[in-house]
This record gives sequence, C-alpha cells and structure tokens, in this order.
Amino acid sequence: MPDSTALRHKVAIVGAAETDTVGNLPTHSTLMLHAESAYNALADAGLQMSDIDGVATAGISPAQLTEYLGIMPRWVDGTSVGGGSFLIHVGHAVAAIAAGYANTVLITHGESGRSRIGAGGGAPARQSTGGQFEAPYGVAGPPTMFSIPIARHMKVFGTTEEQLAAVSVATRAWAVKNPRAMMRDPITVEDVLNSRMIAWPLHLLNCCLVTDGGGALILVSEERARDFPQKPVWVLGRGESTMHQGIAQMIDFTEWTAAAKVTGPDAFRMAGVGHKDIDHAMFYDAFSHTPMYSLEALGFVKPGESGPYFAEMHTAPGGDFPVNTNGGGLSYTHTGMYGMFAIQESVAQLRGVAADRQVPGVETGIVHAPGGMFSATATLILGNR
Amino acid sequence: MQKPPRPLPEATPETKEFWDGMKRHELRIQRCEDCSQHYFYPRPFCPICHSRNVEWRTASGKGKLHTYVIAHRGHPAFDAPYVIAMVELDEGAKMMTNIVGVTDPTPDRLPVDAPVEIVYEDVNDQVTLPKFKLV
Repeated sequence: MPDSTALRHKVAIVGAAETDTVGNLPTHSTLMLHAESAYNALADAGLQMSDIDGVATAGISPAQLTEYLGIMPRWVDGTSVGGGSFLIHVGHAVAAIAAGYANTVLITHGESGRSRIGAGGGAPARQSTGGQFEAPYGVAGPPTMFSIPIARHMKVFGTTEEQLAAVSVATRAWAVKNPRAMMRDPITVEDVLNSRMIAWPLHLLNCCLVTDGGGALILVSEERARDFPQKPVWVLGRGESTMHQGIAQMIDFTEWTAAAKVTGPDAFRMAGVGHKDIDHAMFYDAFSHTPMYSLEALGFVKPGESGPYFAEMHTAPGGDFPVNTNGGGLSYTHTGMYGMFAIQESVAQLRGVAADRQVPGVETGIVHAPGGMFSATATLILGNR
Repeated sequence: MQKPPRPLPEATPETKEFWDGMKRHELRIQRCEDCSQHYFYPRPFCPICHSRNVEWRTASGKGKLHTYVIAHRGHPAFDAPYVIAMVELDEGAKMMTNIVGVTDPTPDRLPVDAPVEIVYEDVNDQVTLPKFKLV
C-alpha cells in the first residue's frame, strides 16, 4: 500500500477566490472566467501573476491558459476528468511543491456553462465507446446518464423519491443564507416532487443549475504558508481514481466503488483523521443522489442509509453534519465542472469567513467529487490547524 | 420542427463482430476462457481478470432489467418519454439499451429485475440496435 502520510500538512491553500459574480455572465468568455478567478486568487494571497511557477487546469489545456495569462510555469497539470479535476490538481500540487517542481501553484476553473461563450463540447464520436454503446439509446447529457444508477439503489435499499427530494430541500436551506446563490427561495419536498419530470426518478429540482463562473486556488509550502494575508488551509489528505467513462460501465449501480475502495480510504489514511473529526462536508451535488452515494461510499453512513439520513435533515442548517453549505450545485451555482466551488466553500468555512452560513468551530472539512458520471473520483481532507 | 438525426454507432476493429452479429440478429458478446465471465462492451481481453484468452459467444438475448431512467427531457431525435436501461444478460454482462413496447412508461410498469428479451431494431442497412422488451 503506498504511503503519502509524509505529505500531510506540507502544503496549504493561501489564495482562494471565485469570479466577482457567478450565475449568468454573458459578459465573459470561458478564458475571461479563468483569468478573473486567477487575478482574484492572486489578490487574495497578495501575489502577482509573475509569482506563479506552477499551473493546473481542466476543461481547457494548461497551454491555452498559460498563453492567455502570459506566463511560463515550470510545472503543469492538465488532468481533465470532469468536475472533480480540481480536487485532483490539489493533490498533485501537494506532491509537486513537496518535490520542488514548483513553489507557487495556481489552479483555475472557468466555464461558460450557461452562456456557452467560447465553450467546447459536442456529441461523442460515433466510433468512441460512448458513441457505440450509449448514444444510440438516446442518452442526452448528464440528466439521462448520471441518473441511471438510482432505480437500482431504490430497489435494493428502498430509497424513495421523497428522500431524494430531501437532499434538494436541505441544500436549498443553505442557499437561502448565501446572497451569491442563484436559487434562494426555500422549497419543500412537495415542491421538488411537483417540479417537472426530467428523467424519472429525477425532477427538475433534483438537478443542478447550469451557470457561468469560475474559481482559482493558490498553494504554497508549509514553510511559506504563514506569510500570507489569509489563514492557511492545510491539505491533510487526498485520494483520486478513475474507474470508467460511460455510466454503462459502472461496476455496481448501488455504490460509488472508487470512493469506497480508493479515494476515501486514501484521503483518511493520509490525513490521519477519522469520520468523527470531520466538521463540514462538501459533496458534489450534480443531482440529489450524488451526495447520497458520497455519504455511503465514504463511510459516514452504511450502504442504503443515506436516504433516511438526508430526510432527517442532519445536513441542513442547524443539523449535526453540515453538507453543501454554499447551497451546492443544486442551488448555488453549477458551471459544469463544479468541483472548484466545493473546494472554495470548504476553504471559506475553514477560514471562518462564510458569513451567515458559517458553521461554528470548523477545523476539518472533507471535499468529495465525481468527474463525469461517477467516472472519476476525488477526495480532499482540509484543515485549519 | 424537423428532428435531428439519431445518433448511430460506427464499429471499430474490436467491436465489429458485435455489430456484424446485430445485422444477423445474433447477440455476439465475449467470454473470458480463464475466469469464465462474460463481459461487454467488446475488447480483446477480459476487463475483470485481464486475461487475453477470450472467445466470442452468442448470448441468449434474455436478461433482467437492472436499472433505468424514464427520459422526459431527452435526446431530440427520440419521442419522450422513453426508457434508457441497463440490462443484465443471463450470461452476466450488462449493457445499455432501450426498453421498447411499454406505452406511457411509468415506474410501476417497469419493475427493476423484471425479465426482458432482446428485440433487434434494424435502423438501416448498416446498423441494427439491440433493444429489449419486457416478457
């Protein structure tokens, strides 16, 4: 078993910021969203663009990013495996900084998911595995693919549409407290069940938003981390994996196997913490069931128990396990590769600057995300001590 | 408004036998001769035990409805609502497909684990797709 415990608490996030606003930004191209995020993170850390000597990004190539920003780093990472890529970049940056490949790493995200300005995408090639074995059956984006496992979870564990709805309700209750959130009116389980059917069992309010925005992070070594304006947020543990591309190749439709077997155990082992130490969680919520699968796979509840757990509102404001306190992809913002925003909220909570939604006494947080349709998996454990 | 064309597959060297089989209305999938497991989609080694000792077999075309969604807002070339499903073949491999023959599909008409059987849909001279119906 590989051992990364020596890198625990060796690298910190010292700059973290999003675009000035998120939501509907027809004023911004994809590259502008990257750049605005980068400048805001630099300002947050008190650094200049010329200080950056390591770069990671997803969605666009690091070559495109460095061309646009006008920098020539000595370390790059272009791992691009979907919305969780930025969590993977953080893990890679820890190793790169510890190895001496770079001193000051910038990780950017920018996506014109709503306005589609300078955005990529398109149908899979007819000869790709997706083009041959999924597209001919009418899959049409994440709502008809990411959703395919749920009926199996319902059959095996008795999970209900009401429980799925409860995830959206609890998350919206956090968004009410976040003035940047796109959706801020409180909702009920009935509201979710009465919203338009998208792909049974998912109603409209079980699905994430589609927005424009970006975010960026700056990481440095432990030796330098206390010399910045913001309280450092330490990378304690990380895990990453990929297990399939298309949803049809998911190993077990009732569990997020890579999270249960690889990324969760790796992150907890490296961090040297247990589940009871986690004060705050960001579980990427592309759809209502995504955080349910996270909660089970990471071992916070047993398989099949996430439905009742969310229905009991443990994760909502005032609950004993706050989850997705920015309002999540469901109600805050979801550009397409939302993982960056999950990290941003974890950092805000650990800095203690999350305003009305601040969870008191947060010392250790977990961030967990898929890329694609449970295809890639990434886990981070962050701390402020 | 005119519908866009349906997305159709194009075979690659390692999947040609499957798509050629479809045209003959035969469900050709691979079985690992070392671990005895069937798997899908086709590739020249077993993704379960990684042996390269694999053979083509003709599957029964019978299986169970493993999981599914009912797409209400789906691909514009399809008439919603329609069912996108994973079928677990009796041989053990799982494949994505559509469940056909259920008018006005609802969850109560589509019990998970219900038995299903293949229906060959000849789209054109080049492509036949494996669809499934409840039995």
